[in-house]
Amino acid sequence: MADNEKHPESAPRSDEAPTPKPAPSAPEDAPPAIVVAPSPHLHDPHFTTRRMMFDVIVALVPVILVSVVVFGWAALAQLSICVLSCLVFEALFGRLMGKPLSIGDGSAAVTGLILGLSLPWTAPVYVGVIGSGVAIGLGKVVFGGLGFNLFNPAMVGRAFVMLSFAAAMGAGAYVAVDGLDPILTQATPLDLAKQSADGLMGFPDLWLLFVGTHNGSLGETSVLASLIGGLYLILRRSAAWEIPLGVVAATIVCAGLFGMAGLTPLTAWQHLAGGAVVFGAFFIATDPVTSPVAPWGRFCFGAGIGALVIILRVLSGYPEGLMFAVLLMNALVPLLNRWTIPRPVGGHAAQRA
Amino acid sequence: MSASLGATATFARGIHPPEGKHFVAEAAIEVLPTPKSVRIPLLQHIGAPCEATVKPRKSVTAGDVVGDAKAFVSAPVHASISGTTARESNTTLPNGRHVPVVPINAADEQPLEGQALYDDVLGGEWPTQDLDVAAFTSEQIVQMAREAGIVGLGGAAFPTHVKLSHHPDHNVDTLLINGCECEPYLTSDDRVMIESPRSVVCGALLALHSTGARKVIIGIEENKPQAIRALRHAAEGTAVEVQVLQTKYPQGGEKQLISAILQREVPTGGLPFDVGVKVINVGTCSALARAVLRRKPLTHRVVTVTGAGIKVPKNLLVPIGVSYAELIDYCGGLTKDAARVVAGGPMMGFTLGSLDVPVTKGTSGITVLTHQEVRKQEQSNCVRCGRCVDTCPLNLVPTKLALAARYNNTEVAERYSVTACMECGSCAYICPASLPLVQLIRWAKILVHAERAKEKAKAEAKAAKALASTADERPSEGGSEKKEAKPEKEAKPEKEAKPEKEAKPEKEAKPEKEAKPEKEAKPEKEAKPEKEAKPEKEAKPEKEAKPEKEAKPEKSKASKSEK
Repeated sequence: MADNEKHPESAPRSDEAPTPKPAPSAPEDAPPAIVVAPSPHLHDPHFTTRRMMFDVIVALVPVILVSVVVFGWAALAQLSICVLSCLVFEALFGRLMGKPLSIGDGSAAVTGLILGLSLPWTAPVYVGVIGSGVAIGLGKVVFGGLGFNLFNPAMVGRAFVMLSFAAAMGAGAYVAVDGLDPILTQATPLDLAKQSADGLMGFPDLWLLFVGTHNGSLGETSVLASLIGGLYLILRRSAAWEIPLGVVAATIVCAGLFGMAGLTPLTAWQHLAGGAVVFGAFFIATDPVTSPVAPWGRFCFGAGIGALVIILRVLSGYPEGLMFAVLLMNALVPLLNRWTIPRPVGGHAAQRA
Repeated sequence: MSASLGATATFARGIHPPEGKHFVAEAAIEVLPTPKSVRIPLLQHIGAPCEATVKPRKSVTAGDVVGDAKAFVSAPVHASISGTTARESNTTLPNGRHVPVVPINAADEQPLEGQALYDDVLGGEWPTQDLDVAAFTSEQIVQMAREAGIVGLGGAAFPTHVKLSHHPDHNVDTLLINGCECEPYLTSDDRVMIESPRSVVCGALLALHSTGARKVIIGIEENKPQAIRALRHAAEGTAVEVQVLQTKYPQGGEKQLISAILQREVPTGGLPFDVGVKVINVGTCSALARAVLRRKPLTHRVVTVTGAGIKVPKNLLVPIGVSYAELIDYCGGLTKDAARVVAGGPMMGFTLGSLDVPVTKGTSGITVLTHQEVRKQEQSNCVRCGRCVDTCPLNLVPTKLALAARYNNTEVAERYSVTACMECGSCAYICPASLPLVQLIRWAKILVHAERAKEKAKAEAKAAKALASTADERPSEGGSEKKEAKPEKEAKPEKEAKPEKEAKPEKEAKPEKEAKPEKEAKPEKEAKPEKEAKPEKEAKPEKEAKPEKEAKPEKSKASKSEK
């Protein structure tokens, strides 16, 4: 846009003023020529795509810390494998597509982190690597790269490995066979609820669910850590607040309704804190690329996820439903965008015309 | 700077760009020494362009009319300095319009210079609470505003007399005076409010009287505490209220101001009077007061020359028509790292390719940005974060509009109300991917307007066809009839157009004589009848505006010549 038009008239007429023409004393790289460009001439220097991505990484720190505390070094190894593979695949696929190196924008690292945090602590190395490859390749690059993908890349990767390596990803994979760790030898809360239809023997109490000292995928255990990171994201305006609000509200409402109907033994609060809902609400559903752009659309998107999570948990064979809920709602985003065009101040012009 | 006055009134959404007012907010208005020459553009406003009313090599005094138009939505232009006119030439204004200019070379003797000029324009005594607005009728004020060539000085340059006229159908209850100056860097309105608050109050009272509104409120952003104090003091004992608003861009947008102060929503494609409001800029008020109380036309205005790219930023009182280059020189010239010279402020201003451009009535400032300020960020893909939606003061979806523009998809652009966009630039300011959203939206608008024009033309052609076929119904001879229909269509508009062209020069000259039986204006006008024959566009508003007397002879003449 900015054509570098040099104009002789731009030279000040007074004697003492130096000409703003290419001079040896020119600042840095830019030639001091008058540039013609469209308005606005100011841009927010702080808010960039990079910053949004790095905000997510920062916001994930508490979640990562909790996962290391609960699952030990296995968590760190898992995350490192996923992040590294994602970066490598991003560079590789980008090169194959003939695009400039894009790992600097931080989105690949975020995908790797989210994917890693959604895997069980026992997942073998190949699961992480393949999941990352699918996430970056099928989830993002084939669509044209960052900004064009329809589905959340991390969830695409996770869905792929979950269906491909059922044994390594299933409910059984979470439980340590020979360990002594009281947390790791226990089934995940949601699996527990699924298996023992009669009672809730050994279901962790709400406080444990909140703090996160129970079994589950690496990042999902602690509601507290997700809340801290999520609030940071929202305060920095790197994530839309409408989405988590929608997810949480719909989860509570639906879980409550299903509970009243006697379809699930868990209370709404147990549903909210027992699985990946809070983590997903703040970190997975808020992926800007795969969520609607307008406030109402975002809320509906979140609410759809919350409702689907409960429906899947209660009615499907899987103990958890967040991943499929997110992917299903991702597919609806273009429609949601269309249905929730905000009303312009003053009403739609088309209606008047 | 950020002295919080606890103002809560504002509009929804919007952004907080760097204010950049520190360069010149404290700098008192300086009077620019009379330049050697000025070039008065004949189109400085929204509406019909003026025709030159003086011949070359004539001597003019500051304040003489040098260009005028018959249309209602137009405003005459005046000589801003005394001197001799030169041959009409052309220039390109910052907004890209090519307009004719009347150059004037300064005489040695100027009627007003320096402090005397300042006192005449801004200083001196203004009556405020002693002002007897009843001494003027609404029509008189409108007439005086028209004769003084007053247009909106906030930038849009809409002829003020059009706004001031009291229309029985427009139920205007509130007059808002826009003192927000939300555009970063600019301080010309701020300085006028600080240095000449009483003229602003007088202008507001006159406008109130003229529009027939019941209330007048001056809205000022809270980052201008001095102006707020000055105006509150000046408004004591008058009907004028001062309302402090939050500092937020674009608070000074007409629709945003109305929403902030009155919580009313101007319909898309509508105007403030649709919700009973008229909005006038503070600078315009001051000029109106001068026009009515001192009978002086709009010949000078305050221009902020600012930015890190200017050596000594200043607020200047300058004659209209002086070149940008001269103002920049007077402020010490550009610094080494100057990158963009912007006519207006950095959010909505136009960059200049050439500095040899005359200041117009709508020029509120010149902002020179440095390379550091405009450093280009790498454009990246839209990540659909929706921040543009969160900031758009009109609640549009800029990212979708940009997408529609990229694919030349007018249907999507219309679905997302592209024409409602006022190009404030909030979305492009915030965009994390540094997309040129405003530029793309402008493109979408152009496409939509082109499409509409095409459709309109099609519909008109259809109507003409239908008309032609009904007219030719009697001599129905099958195939031959169709062939004949075509030339008919073409001939008709010609027939209609011609008499109008012929008729106009005559009628234009006549009312002129009747209305202003003074001055040298007469002979020149008669000398140039052909040029004034601008069809349709001018004729329409004229008919609406000027009642019976002038309109009727037109019609009768036109019909006569048709016969």
